Amino acid sequence: MTGYEGADLAIALINVVLLGLLFVVAIAIARMRSLFAIVMLSSIYSLISATWFVALDAVDVAFTEAAVGAGISTALLLGAMLLTSRTAKPEPRKFAIVPLLVCIATGLILVYATIDLPAFGDPDSPANTYVGTDYIERTPEEIGVPNIVTAVLASYRGFDTLGETGVVFSAALAVILLLGFGERSLSASIGRRKGGKE
Amino acid sequence: MRTDHHIILRVVAKPLIPIIALFALYVQFHGDYSPGGGFQAGVIIAVAVILYALIFGISPAMRAVPPAFTRSLAAIGFLLYAGVGVWALLMGGNFLDYDALFNEADGGHHGQHYGILLVELGVLFAVAGSMLSIFYAFAGRVTEIKDEDW
Repeated sequence: MTGYEGADLAIALINVVLLGLLFVVAIAIARMRSLFAIVMLSSIYSLISATWFVALDAVDVAFTEAAVGAGISTALLLGAMLLTSRTAKPEPRKFAIVPLLVCIATGLILVYATIDLPAFGDPDSPANTYVGTDYIERTPEEIGVPNIVTAVLASYRGFDTLGETGVVFSAALAVILLLGFGERSLSASIGRRKGGKE
Repeated sequence: MRTDHHIILRVVAKPLIPIIALFALYVQFHGDYSPGGGFQAGVIIAVAVILYALIFGISPAMRAVPPAFTRSLAAIGFLLYAGVGVWALLMGGNFLDYDALFNEADGGHHGQHYGILLVELGVLFAVAGSMLSIFYAFAGRVTEIKDEDW
């Protein structure tokens, strides 16, 4: 076995371990009823996905997944959970044959579809031949930024990123319109403090 | 009346929060060279404030970073991003065409560098402000997290 094959084997092992962990966590989330544990487990799920993205050399995606999935959405879900109950309603356990068949059929179709996918990192795949190589060739002359992801995100696809920023902003706006500014607790605590002093 | 049996949490979190904020600035301004950028940096800054809010309470966090500030920050960030596009328009280029920003000769990268920097700063403001506004909207409805809830 040469060193290259050894590295391939190690990467395959890492992928199997990470995907296996994802599978176990997903099953645990589906079977649990305590919302607090579910929020924590989905944070762990995001963290493992981020690790897997690093193994796939998608460092920027991994970074975003770790910051958003494991960081902020856990905090937001915890905040939302405090407004509701701590456990989900227990589902009556019954054997449902139709959903099981639908799941198995969809899974088989997806597995069948992966056979046609190009191999990971294939230089001849559609994703790596047309616009991708163009960006790699033109970024040093046109943008002069070492990180091509940043060049694509902020310059070539500046319109898309403007739209995404608008989406984030309008999401915050929608939550504020629905739930209020959240200043009630601020004024309540200040009022309580003043009341305590008097 | 606050019982202080979270003292270990507080002692550990207090030095961590400035390091998290510093790391966010590194992610922001090193985004041209390494993974990261405005979106990730904005989320990390928001996480630093949320960590403070979770450990020291919502009200101290709201006094340090007021909700009025976070929602204006979100709007300012979006306007900053769109403003760079308008700047390019005024200089005679297309919307968000950074090459037009300084009207430099071919091969000059100043317009691209400053354009990307400003745009990423806009994303940072918009994301950090939006995330904190959403968090305040949720967390502001419960005054204090009770210990038995954990």
